[in-house]
Formats: sequence, structure tokens, C-alpha cells
Amino acid sequence: MSKARSAPVRAAFIHLALIAYTLVALFPVFLTLVNSFKSRSAIFSQPMALPTPSTFSLIGYQTVLQQGDFVGYFQNSLIVTVASIALVLLFGAMAAFALSEYRFRGNTLMGLYLALGIMIPIRLGTVAILQGMVAAGLVNTLTSLILVYTAQGLPLAIFILSEFMRTVSDDLKSAGRIDGLSEYAIFFRLVLPLVRPAMATVAVFTMIPIWNDLWFPLILAPGESTKTVTLGAQMFIGQFVTNWNAVLSALSLAILPVMVLYVIFSRQLIRGITSGAVK
Amino acid sequence: MGSLQLKSIRKAFGPHEVLKGIDLEVQDGEFVIFVGPSGCGKSTLLRVIAGLEDATSGSVRIDGAEVINTPPAKRGIAMVFQSYALYPHLTVKDNMGLGLKQAGTEKAEIDTRVAKASGMLSLDPYLARRPAELSGGQRQRVAIGRAIVREPKLFLFDEPLSNLDAALRVQTRLEIAGLHRRLKATMIYVTHDQVEAMTLADKIVVLNAGAIEQIGSPMELYNKPANVFVAGFIGSPQMNFIPAEKLSQIGAKTIGVRPEHIALSRESGDWKGKVIHVEHLGADTIVYLETEATGLLTVRLFGEHAYTPDDVVFATPDRASLHRFDANDRAIV
Repeated sequence: MSKARSAPVRAAFIHLALIAYTLVALFPVFLTLVNSFKSRSAIFSQPMALPTPSTFSLIGYQTVLQQGDFVGYFQNSLIVTVASIALVLLFGAMAAFALSEYRFRGNTLMGLYLALGIMIPIRLGTVAILQGMVAAGLVNTLTSLILVYTAQGLPLAIFILSEFMRTVSDDLKSAGRIDGLSEYAIFFRLVLPLVRPAMATVAVFTMIPIWNDLWFPLILAPGESTKTVTLGAQMFIGQFVTNWNAVLSALSLAILPVMVLYVIFSRQLIRGITSGAVK
Repeated sequence: MGSLQLKSIRKAFGPHEVLKGIDLEVQDGEFVIFVGPSGCGKSTLLRVIAGLEDATSGSVRIDGAEVINTPPAKRGIAMVFQSYALYPHLTVKDNMGLGLKQAGTEKAEIDTRVAKASGMLSLDPYLARRPAELSGGQRQRVAIGRAIVREPKLFLFDEPLSNLDAALRVQTRLEIAGLHRRLKATMIYVTHDQVEAMTLADKIVVLNAGAIEQIGSPMELYNKPANVFVAGFIGSPQMNFIPAEKLSQIGAKTIGVRPEHIALSRESGDWKGKVIHVEHLGADTIVYLETEATGLLTVRLFGEHAYTPDDVVFATPDRASLHRFDANDRAIV
């Protein structure tokens, strides 16, 4: 390693910048968590303070668990997120394999078309999507959300995965063909295990916007039985009065499942990000 | 067991023609090597034979049967790749047995064949390991084992030794030669290394820019190259090419003389010149001369010789070993 790169001053600056970024990024989460354990007056009088025995209160969590069907909301959010990720990964990987593996007329054009969604936000089509869902009788169903989120996640998934699949050795696929594996077997048994880090990357990038989304649940599935967590938390925000205890508690709880999913994917994710960067 | 006929094989990627009509006959049990500079189409030709690449036109016959529309797995071939291409998630044993398993062979039969191949390649201690736990040489042996297990009509090798270090390359080369003697199978082998080609082949096919330049045994190519390209490609260091008019030779455009067919003397000889550079290889000494008559000349002497740069020397070619080429670069016989 060169002298300049290992210089302690330089390393210190890098760490300082990273620590600063970490603090900035974690601060809202910290604030949410801390205040969710305080009484209402304490939230407003000392928003930065840690809960003390005199200000500690679980009133927010009690409200959340008593009012409305929060367990049901969690379930809805999980179903929508997990189903969407699964569909995005399956279809995204298949499309990426076709684009990277087969030479056919219009291959590049098809790739560009499928990547177009990265540049055009799906929310621009909200009115048309709503009309479509009404016509199909899918309003107030989780299916409508899963369909929309799958469409939303596919462009990025195809873009990232097709780049990764180009790096899978051609010889390996050829060897599979000579040994009589079908194209599906080559895809599922040879290629997919090798692009697993990229799949995890895509899963995380797909999962977070879906879990946090408020727009489509509000428009497509606002009914009580199909509410997601983010939408459910909104019922504590009124036009004139907002139950901050309940909102902060609901949001704190909503962080947990994403954390769990993230931990599952993160080991793969780090490999995915670094291998992409080095190549 | 396995013969191969290629008839006017053409392959184009868009407007770019990679193979320009290849005709070739390979007899049963022959060891044929495709050799040529990179980009000459030798690997593409091998992939066409394997069925991994569709030819734009032409016919491929294995054992007399047209296979141009047959998928690779049903052609009765096995292939060994440069990058080994082992399945990372399978053990050595399963790697070797997968092809047979896909073909629906009985388990007992698979076990017998794997055991036989692993014995041949001394892979027995590694059967339960995964490819990641093997060294490069062992991986290539597994890849060769995977080919043997299939008992194919044709063995195809795509630069199998390129990823190995020098010592291992020689050893694996010997193993492949031994394998060919033992199995008496038809083997087609692609390489850009002329030493591999000369040492292994019964028959060498020299390819250049998508066309066959010459087909022949190693010694035929060395002694009677059909044209300037083959003359320059086979033999190391490269043959010296001298414009014929400089030597006042009539009826030829270029005269070729191999470095090992020139004698050097400090006293007298045909061409007077100055030593530019000397390479001492122990068994050989390579001397580079600048002569008035011929320009730059490479001379290969056997044993050790004490020439140093700026020495004045005389070079004399062996008259019987001169190669003469006409204006179209074809050899004049």
C-alpha cells in the first residue's frame, strides 16, 4: 500500500466523515425511538432528552396496540413486501438472464425499454393504475399493491442483475449444456447461486421503498383489512391534533421487521456492493 | 469410435465473418490440434463442433451422422474448458457424474465409470471435495475426468492448459498424451501454443483469419510449410524471411530460412554482419545479427557460444533447408 493511502491523518479524516454521516443518518431513528418511550408532555418539553423514570411512559405503545388492528397491518405490510420482493427477484432475474445470455434481434432495445422505469417514476401513472385496478376489481386488495410494487421494482432489478449475469463464466454455462442441463436448470442451478450477492442487493433496494410507501396503500388499498403499517400509523395524525406518542411508537415498531430482513440480506449485500465496485 | 467431417462451415456474427468455409476430415482415434493466432476462429470452430454455437451454414457430421440440429448433450461429445468450468456447488464426484445422471444412466454404472476415471487421474482422495478446495491442476484433472466419464465419441479441449503454471502445464500435457494413447479416442484440441501443438498432435490444422492455412503432421508443417504464414507460425524463434532480390534468387519473392539452419563463423561465410543482441538459454544460444545482405537475422546455435554485441561475424545458411515463396506467399516446391 502506498504511503499516502495509509497516512494516519488521512485515515482519521475519512473516519471522521463516516462517523459524522452515521450520526446524521441515525439521528432521526434515535429521536423516534427515544421519544416513543416518553410521555406526551416530555416529548414537547425536552424532545432531545433520554427517558427518565419521571418521563418514561408506554402510553404510545398501549394506544397503538389497543386502537386499530396493528398486528393485521404488520401482516399486510409483510405479505406485500415479501411477495413483491419474491416476484421482482424471480422475474427480474429471468429477464436479466435472457438479456445477458441470448443474442436476439432487439436485445439492446429490449434492455433499454426494461430499464426505462428507473428514470420514469411509477407514481406518474397513478391515475391510470387506479382506473385499471378499479376495472379489474382489485381495489382494496393486497394483490393490487403487490402488482404495482413488482412493476416498480423490476427495472432496477433487471438493470443490476443483467450486469452481474454477464460476469458469470460462459464456459460454465457451456459445460452445463454439454452435460444436458436444460436452460431452466442452468438458470436456477448454475447462474442464480453465483449472482446471489446481487440478488440480495436488489432485494434490499426493492424492500425499503415498498415497506415505507404511503402513496399506493392510501390510493389503492385504504380499507381497514388491507391497511399497511405506514398507512395505519397515519390514523394518529389528525388535521388539528396529532397523537405523537402513538405515531412514534408505531414507527418504532415498523422499523423492526425491516431490520430483520436487512440483517438476513446484509451479509450478501456487502459482498454484492464490493464485488460490483471492484469489477 | 468417432470420426468427424466438416463441410464448408461458415460462421458470421452480424457482418463480421469469423469462419470462412472450413472443410476438415478427422479420422477415428486421431489427435487433431487447431492452432493459430488469437482471433483466428479456432475456438469458434470448436464451439460449432460442440453445438454451443450455430454455424451460419455448412455441415457437421460425427460418425457419419449429421448433427447440425442436434443439441450439444446428444452429440456424443465431451469438452474441457480453459477455465475448468466445474460446478461450484457440486463435489468432484457429482461434477463428474452429472452428465450421465442427466442422460438417465443407472447409479451403479455412474459409480463404476467415475471410479475408473478418478483412478486414471489419481483423483480418488478428492472425490468428496468441492472445486473451491482444489488446486488449479487438480481442477483441470477433474474437468478432464468429467469428459472421460461420458465416454464420448469426440473429446474437445479448449485451451485446457492456458491457466496452469509452466511446470504443471508440462505434466498435464504428458497426462493428456498418455490418455490419448490409452483411450484411443478421437481428440480435438485448440491452443495458441505451438509447443503443445507440435508435441501432442497427430495432425495440426493451422488457422488464420477464419480459414485453414495448412493441415499436416507436425513435421510436415515444420519441413514443408505451404505458405509464409505457416512457415512463420510454426517454429521458434520465427523463421527469417529475406526478400529474394537481395540474394539475387530468381523465380521467388521471399526466401525463408529457419534460425537453426544458419551457421555462424568469425572468419568467413556468405553474409557479413554485426551482432546486435545475444540470448543465452543454456542449451541454445540465440544470436541476432544485422547483415548488409539480409537485414535483421535470427540465428539459433546449439550449446553455449561466447558472442557479444558488436562482434563481426559471418552467417551461412544451409542450402538444403531454404524455403522459397512466390509472389502470393505460397511455397514453391
